[in-house]
Amino acid sequence: MANAVVQTASLPATRRRLRRLARYRSTVAFLMALPLIVLIAALVIYPAFYSLHLATLNKSMERFVGLGNFTFLFRRDLFWMVVKQSVIFAVSAVFFKALIGFVVAHFVHNIPAKGQRKWRGMLLVPWVIPPAMSTLAWFWLFDPSYSAFNWVLTRLGLGAVSWLGEPSWARFSVILVNVWYGAPFFLIMYLAALKSVPEQLYEAAAIDGANWWQKIWYVTLPMMRNIIAITVLFSLIVTFANFDIVRILTAGGPIDQTHVFATWAFQLGIEGGDIPLGACVSLFMFPILGVAAYFILRDINKRGSQA
Amino acid sequence: MGRVPFTRRRFLTTTAAASAATLGAPYIRTARAAGKLSIGFWDHWVPGANDTLTAICRDWAKQEKVDLTIDYLTSQGNKIQMTATAESQAQAGHDLLQFLAWYPLSLAKTLEPVDDVMAGLLKQYGKVSPAIDYLCQSQGHWIGVPAVTGTQVKVPCGRIDLLKSQCGIDVQAMYPADKPPTKEADNWTWDNFVVAAEKAHKAGNPFGLGLGQTTDSVDWVGSLFASFGAQLADAKGNITVKSDAVKRVLEYSQRLVKALPPDVFAWDDASNNRFLISGQGSLIFNPPSAWAVAKRDNPKVAEQLWTFEMPKGSQGRYAPFLPFLWGVWKFSKNKPAAKSLLTHLLQRGNVEKLVNASGGYDIPSFESMRDFKIWQEVSPPKGTVYHYPPRADQVTWMACAPAPTNIAQQMYVQAIMTKMIAKCTQGGDSIDKTIGWAASELEGYMRT
Repeated sequence: MANAVVQTASLPATRRRLRRLARYRSTVAFLMALPLIVLIAALVIYPAFYSLHLATLNKSMERFVGLGNFTFLFRRDLFWMVVKQSVIFAVSAVFFKALIGFVVAHFVHNIPAKGQRKWRGMLLVPWVIPPAMSTLAWFWLFDPSYSAFNWVLTRLGLGAVSWLGEPSWARFSVILVNVWYGAPFFLIMYLAALKSVPEQLYEAAAIDGANWWQKIWYVTLPMMRNIIAITVLFSLIVTFANFDIVRILTAGGPIDQTHVFATWAFQLGIEGGDIPLGACVSLFMFPILGVAAYFILRDINKRGSQA
Repeated sequence: MGRVPFTRRRFLTTTAAASAATLGAPYIRTARAAGKLSIGFWDHWVPGANDTLTAICRDWAKQEKVDLTIDYLTSQGNKIQMTATAESQAQAGHDLLQFLAWYPLSLAKTLEPVDDVMAGLLKQYGKVSPAIDYLCQSQGHWIGVPAVTGTQVKVPCGRIDLLKSQCGIDVQAMYPADKPPTKEADNWTWDNFVVAAEKAHKAGNPFGLGLGQTTDSVDWVGSLFASFGAQLADAKGNITVKSDAVKRVLEYSQRLVKALPPDVFAWDDASNNRFLISGQGSLIFNPPSAWAVAKRDNPKVAEQLWTFEMPKGSQGRYAPFLPFLWGVWKFSKNKPAAKSLLTHLLQRGNVEKLVNASGGYDIPSFESMRDFKIWQEVSPPKGTVYHYPPRADQVTWMACAPAPTNIAQQMYVQAIMTKMIAKCTQGGDSIDKTIGWAASELEGYMRT
């Protein structure tokens, strides 16, 4: 009986506390974000820690070897080749995506508003096709014996090119397909940024006698710096972690010359049955991207506080 | 109403009556009396082959009162490999799974020994291919049985007309339909093979031998190395790559590569088929899938195709063998049913049904089962695949054997042998440098 009295007395107090808590915007925001937090914890944080755990096990996953897998990788020439190739692949692909995106965004920006939507839609097509499908089409275009490219080259008397069989051409091909796939993302981001640059700035620059190039250098680029930094960072992460394009086109060959972290990790871990070493290779993307993210975001923050 | 005390005597009477009632009740055997069984089979590329397998399993399930579920898993995009790895990690999934060659050994700790199944089958049908002994046994136990579906050898499939006119080789005279190889087949050696390849290249219809990193390339190169006695690592795991035999096979490869199309380093498992079917090539190493597709897409080429034995080297004639295997997970809740099904599937009558359903593509691993009529019957031309199943002096060989499987699997997956050839030909490295590189790679594979 005494317990019952205590319970009824405490109920309004609990409700009051809950109401007070609900009044805080941050609590509501947290509760609304909770499903997403749970999802990220289950699908991102748990696998990340699990792969860290796997990377510390021996090949048969029975023994804890600490950093043994990492030191083993440091001694392998192939590992350093994969590091070099991943950097070449990601940096060159992102550079060309940004450059092409920037140039084409200017062209599209200058198209009269009436026809612009049509062009925007068409230019986005490579980005909206699932990359596994479009890469397969590229694979056929590059086919060593029957490719459309080689057919044209042979007709022109230039001789066939071993697009995926010769190391330098194979590297070129995987970068080309990545640029083709990713450039529309830069295009659309830069187009949005261009539209937000106030027209008065260009008018003022014109009055000061600025030519076309000076307008880009002193007006457009400074106004787009943040969006350029963010898109470069985002694309760098995605390109570094790329798997499908390399896997479908070359599977890392010839002679391992196109392997990137993800494809090599897959080959070691899933195909080769060495899951800890595969996990270890995939974890190397994290510090490299972490350093890049730190510098890019620091620059953005610095500019933000200066403004 | 007064309560009747529950005495010791009453307890005994009641339990005895209950036991008698239970034992005396009529036993009703339902359609699912022997429990559930979930299977993951490889999705066969031959239309209708899956149906035959399903029918055999359903008949067994009906007889054994097992509730059966079958999933067909493709090897496209490595789906079947990833399923095996994931189920082994999660300790959950199918009861019985079909594996690609290396997987039972790398997942041996999670597989149920099937010694009892294999003992019975070996007694019934005699020995299996040496490659099956190598791939299915771990620490003295059988951890898998040879699957019928998908198991293949990749022997020469050549153009009768082009080999005769361009290379002076009469394949039908060497390997006549329905008859054992003639004396002329003794001249079918790797030395004569390279001479023929050079002639075919000169005539504009080169041999199409892939040197990429996929199984077709790795398998034939594995047989080439074995024919020369070139081992990269021995059965004890010692690195033996620095040998005269390895040097000889690389020197041979340098000559052979000059007679191949320049893009063979980028070939996948479909490239050689296309090369032959299109009419460009005069010989490839492949199961009869290329012939089967040619029959549909380019019948004139199909009429000229003949499948026969591998060339012979100083150490023998080795057929590139790529088996599929069936295994039962330790976590399976119905191991007796799974083992019973495995025994049923490998009965001669069922194996023949499966081989027939695949049009002769599947190769039984029991050597006593390589006399099915299907290989005599399929045409055109009649007898085209009579010499497809390895017989006589041809050894079915798993590339990278006899190295311990933890090393051999890495050698196979990393395609170290095709890379060695690529390095000392396309890559421009010397043979010594290539061997040094391979030795360093092999040291890396020794990781335990």
